[in-house]
Amino acid sequence: MNSIPLEFYIILSGILFTIGALGVVLRRNAIIIFMSIEIMLNSVNLSFVAFSRYLADPAGQIFVFFVMAVAAAESAVGLAIIIALFKKKETVYVDEVNSLKH
Amino acid sequence: MNIELITYLILGILAISSAIVTIANRHPIYSAMALIVHFFALAGIYLTLQSQFIAVLQILVYAGAIMVLVIFVLMLLNLSHEDKVKLRIQSRQSFGILLSAILMIIIASTISAANPTQPKVSDVSSMFSPQNLGQILYTNHLVAFELVGILLLTAIIGAIVMAKKKLVD
Repeated sequence: MNSIPLEFYIILSGILFTIGALGVVLRRNAIIIFMSIEIMLNSVNLSFVAFSRYLADPAGQIFVFFVMAVAAAESAVGLAIIIALFKKKETVYVDEVNSLKH
Repeated sequence: MNIELITYLILGILAISSAIVTIANRHPIYSAMALIVHFFALAGIYLTLQSQFIAVLQILVYAGAIMVLVIFVLMLLNLSHEDKVKLRIQSRQSFGILLSAILMIIIASTISAANPTQPKVSDVSSMFSPQNLGQILYTNHLVAFELVGILLLTAIIGAIVMAKKKLVD
């Protein structure tokens, strides 16, 4: 049937999660930080689907469905926050948003 | 080397490289394009896991809806002063790489410590069919499904209010 070991998917998921985390800490552009968060969410979805397939349990698929719904809500609100930030500060660089500091 | 493993390897390398392009590119629009490639590669990987429903959903929701929203916002903001911004603190970059390396080590050690035994793999394509998943969703998880509907409605209202509002100092 499926000759790919489960570890391959889990390792791929771990690598993608680390790339997403790296993007969040390195980049200062709010939109790219937002896209890195999407990469992290997707890597977790991948491990859910892999475990669901290897344990032959549909619960993982249902969980991925809900994660996608929450990610859609998160993206709508997150991009609205970015637009509001741009209206107020004329920037999307999180370095230049330091109202709480001063 | 069979065809499944080759497909997995090609899609996995495509997913990793497009994710790296996404976080490394200077221009957000190229990042968004690389992210679309990433989502398609992940949908292909879901197909190697016999999860056709999730693969279709991945393309519809992520590559379709979310990326259209991201590109629309990029168009709306029109970020022309891209190159003027420089990294304020150079040490933070190496600190971030260090943090990510620690995270990678933690994940790798957890995976190797878990040492998952290879479960008996069976054919699950009928179990993961949209019909079966829909039946499970509307019987066992009906309350959660309704709550997700309310969550999406709240998110729509919140997004409209936040994006429309005239911000005053």
